Amino acid sequence: MKLNTVKTVAALVASLGMVWVAPAHAGKTLDGIKARGQVICGVHTGLAGFSAADSNGKWNGLDSDICRAIAAAVLGDGDKVKYVPLPAQARFTALQSGEIDVLSRNTTFTLTRDASLGLSQTAVTYYDGQGFMVPVKSKIKSPKQLKGQTVCVQSGTTTEKNLTDFSKTNSLNIKPVVFEKLEAVEGAYFSGRCIAYTTDASGLAAVRNKSAKNPADHLILPEIISKEPLGPLVRRGDDEWFAIVKWVIYGLIEAEEYGVTQANVDAMKTSPDPVVGRILGTTEDTGKLLGLDKEWLARAIKTTGNYGEIFERNVGPKSALQLPRGLNNLWNKGGLMYAYPVR
Amino acid sequence: MTRQAPPRKKKFSWRSQAFRGLVYQILVVTAIGLALWFLAHNTATNMRIRGIQSGFDFLTSAAGFDIGESLYPFDSGEAYWAAFLIGLTNTLRVAVLGIILTTVLGTLIGISHFSRNALVRGICSVYIEVFRNIPILLQLLMWYLLFTELLPPSTEPVLLGPFYLSKGGLNFPIPIWASGHAWAAWGLLAGLVLAGWQRQRAIRAFERTARPTSMFWKPLAIVVVAGVVGWWLGGAPAGFDSPKQGEFAVENGGALTPEFLSMLLGLTVYTAAFVAEVVRAGIQSVPRGQAEAAGALGLSPLQEMRLVMLPQALRVIIPPMTNQYLNLTKNSSLAVAIGYPDVVSIANTAINQTGRAVECIAVIMLVYLTTSLATSLLMNWYNARSAIKER
Amino acid sequence: MSAPSFQPIPARPAPVNTDGLLPWIRSNLFGNWQTTLGTLLVGGLLLWMLPHVLGWTLFRAVWEANADACRVDGVGACWGVITEKYRLILFGRYPFEEHWRPLVATLLMVALLVASCARAFWKPWLAILWIAVLVAFFTIMLGGVLGLSRVETDRWGGLPLTILLASLSMSMAFPIALVVALGRRSNLPAIRSVCTIYVELIRGVPLISVLFMASFMFPLFMPQGFTIDVLIRVVVGITLFAAAYMAEVIRGGLQAIPKGQVEAAATLGLSYWQTQRKIVLPQALSMVVPGIVNNFISTFKDTSLVTIVSLYELTGAMGLALNSDADWRPFMIEGYLFIASIYFIFCFSMSRYSRWVETQVNKSKLR
Repeated sequence: MKLNTVKTVAALVASLGMVWVAPAHAGKTLDGIKARGQVICGVHTGLAGFSAADSNGKWNGLDSDICRAIAAAVLGDGDKVKYVPLPAQARFTALQSGEIDVLSRNTTFTLTRDASLGLSQTAVTYYDGQGFMVPVKSKIKSPKQLKGQTVCVQSGTTTEKNLTDFSKTNSLNIKPVVFEKLEAVEGAYFSGRCIAYTTDASGLAAVRNKSAKNPADHLILPEIISKEPLGPLVRRGDDEWFAIVKWVIYGLIEAEEYGVTQANVDAMKTSPDPVVGRILGTTEDTGKLLGLDKEWLARAIKTTGNYGEIFERNVGPKSALQLPRGLNNLWNKGGLMYAYPVR
Repeated sequence: MTRQAPPRKKKFSWRSQAFRGLVYQILVVTAIGLALWFLAHNTATNMRIRGIQSGFDFLTSAAGFDIGESLYPFDSGEAYWAAFLIGLTNTLRVAVLGIILTTVLGTLIGISHFSRNALVRGICSVYIEVFRNIPILLQLLMWYLLFTELLPPSTEPVLLGPFYLSKGGLNFPIPIWASGHAWAAWGLLAGLVLAGWQRQRAIRAFERTARPTSMFWKPLAIVVVAGVVGWWLGGAPAGFDSPKQGEFAVENGGALTPEFLSMLLGLTVYTAAFVAEVVRAGIQSVPRGQAEAAGALGLSPLQEMRLVMLPQALRVIIPPMTNQYLNLTKNSSLAVAIGYPDVVSIANTAINQTGRAVECIAVIMLVYLTTSLATSLLMNWYNARSAIKER
Repeated sequence: MSAPSFQPIPARPAPVNTDGLLPWIRSNLFGNWQTTLGTLLVGGLLLWMLPHVLGWTLFRAVWEANADACRVDGVGACWGVITEKYRLILFGRYPFEEHWRPLVATLLMVALLVASCARAFWKPWLAILWIAVLVAFFTIMLGGVLGLSRVETDRWGGLPLTILLASLSMSMAFPIALVVALGRRSNLPAIRSVCTIYVELIRGVPLISVLFMASFMFPLFMPQGFTIDVLIRVVVGITLFAAAYMAEVIRGGLQAIPKGQVEAAATLGLSYWQTQRKIVLPQALSMVVPGIVNNFISTFKDTSLVTIVSLYELTGAMGLALNSDADWRPFMIEGYLFIASIYFIFCFSMSRYSRWVETQVNKSKLR
């Protein structure tokens, strides 16, 4: 009987001990990354041009390259990234819980996401807009012709809300057919269940070029019905990490503005231009202010190239998506990419 | 011989079983309470640290999204709770219809198991084995694929009388609601009451005089006639909203979308296999002597099944049948995979738009728990009512 | 007086042969006019359908992995889609060169399942064997040791993942279910109500909500910095779900033990746990083996739901393989039939086995 008492008392003490595993203070993300030796990046499960794994398990795309640049800036090696593919519903909880360090998953910046999720929106990497894709033989030329029609859409995105707003403004009474998985949406649209498919214009291009039997049979309507500024998000409360991610992106855009490319990074180190000197860390050490070393941006550019090169490689006119620079061009070339000065 | 007093039992001694039981219960409750507190504390702390908002106040704010199909119109400006209600009606729509169809189909197949025709028996066995051993999600996906691939395109639907069949679903003419229809509904209600009363009279007359009168067709006729009379009294509205071929798809009329049809058929066919097994086990539980006695009395096989075997088998059938009804209702949550806007699908959308994962999942669980409880209570009432009243 | 001559009564006709194929056909297919009519209708329907079905499935089918050959008019099923994509369907996103590892791991697991069915293996060391095989499974799939390259759990998929989820969840659910079933029959009201609440709560909600909760909300329940693998979260969800249903099955078995057994054990001076261990559970568990096997079949089928939380087991891997490949997408139905037959083979064998066990256990009851 004595043994029983001992056992029960031990059980009681153990259960009390559980209480004191109190949650620690909000950890510094940068310290965690340096200790781990890896940046954990949340990405899309498979969206051509933005983040998709090829058959060797290597992740390619605009969002993946941003992660690579961040890893190069912080840890010195663009391969020190762990990619975590996330479905739409899990992406915010994964970031909130600390499972990932940065969410680079073509996520739109909105008020709700900024204000109520405990997350911070860093910098825009792609200005997108929502569009429609229809079969050519339907002869639809404008989304306003979709009165009372069914439109396929994937759940878990701002797409549904935009579609509803558009439908209401134009009194179209559109009936959405909402699917959980991207593959199911594509299957339904290409089998003819819905007359149109709506998502961000970049997503439409990706789907058309990858999944359509004959891409020429499908038309992406020119009308854009919403603003979708896409970019990475980080947790609120860690301003240091927020600054690092934001300035890596601005740095890449600034590099394109001043002509620093992946190929000429080393040559540009001897450039007399003071701005280039600041970017590459030869004249001024901007990295110290961020908590990094002075070669942070030079390494990032060397790993992925500047913003323009990242764009061309993944979504540009010569890539599979064939998207024009459009709004994503530099501010002095007619687009919206306006990097804050790296100084 | 002096008798010694029995040893005094100490109230709080470890030897006392009651005391030990008390200690164990306190330990278990404390442990579980601590575990739950641990989880809740972590969740609250995590949400506070990260600035995640929580609470059910989002239910009153505007939803901002449209719903593809619903029993009654829904506007995106209505509140989230209204959207959840639409999801609930969609779930109930497919669940109730599914339960009715599955009972009919399952009972037919279960009874066919006792047919004298070996081919029929073989087909029943094959049906049961095939549909029981393939996962329901796979069956739903296959049905949906079948519907979206094999149905004619929306621009060239197939006409079956007044029905249009296309990839947009089955469009049928629905009556345009007028006050006359409310009269018809009242008429039907009155007809049901009258028919019930007439049936009771016929049963009592049969028990008294052994002369059977119609106990099914006559009451049915009364219900139909009363409905028609009500409709005629209400002004005989005959307006129909017929579907017609629009530019891209069939427009107007009521529609059964491919999503709804594949959900209904998939769930029905899958659950009917289980119901058939339940019915078979129930009928086999009735002693063979009953069937033989019925045969000795000259009852035909159909009468024997209907009047002797099934009523006694109901005792054994109802609890597992309740289980299958609950399974069907819970399996309807898979609608999110094929695009049918049931309550899980709408909660999914709500989670994505508001970020309130904990609250929305709590709502889903509450909905299903309530539905399960209601179905169980209903079936328990029916069980008690159909129990054989033994002496 | 002459004896009357023996007048034999006329011979009765010889008894009709009721054995054999022809009499069976006569009684089962043409017994009376309704049966005959049924046979003609159903048989006619089958005879008309059979050539079409066989033609589409076998004779006109295309077996080579050539998408264009499949699009020719008049061909039947395109099994070429399986020839082309079977590795992606069966193994998901696992690295292509390392496919031998999931193959070995799957065969090991299936061998364990088959062995557990044989009576010779129903000894206490079976539990140790299960643990050993599960550890081996994880080692082979995860790698990182013994010269195997490391493959993260989010790349596991296909049939190995299905079998892993089902086996791991069932083996972990069994002790939980045992405790909960005993607790539900306990005399202590607090323990009884806790167990009842758990079982009724889990049985009242669909598995998909449990999976949503496990995969999206688990990180919020844990203290900061404590991350759990997605696979573990899903396994915990399925385990809790399966444990509730198994607890009910075990409880049915416990209820069937006559009360006299427990009372006799009490007179012999056995404690509660000794009674359960030596008297009640051996009888109860052997009675509920068919129920537990049915539970395993349900769990095996339910693993297809993890597709919705983005783990690509067999159903999800098929969607992944075919949905984004425009050449092969029109032949999804063949893909579905392929994995449906895999599920069918597994589940049907298990249900046949459960029926065999039932007859074995009931042999003692036959007089």
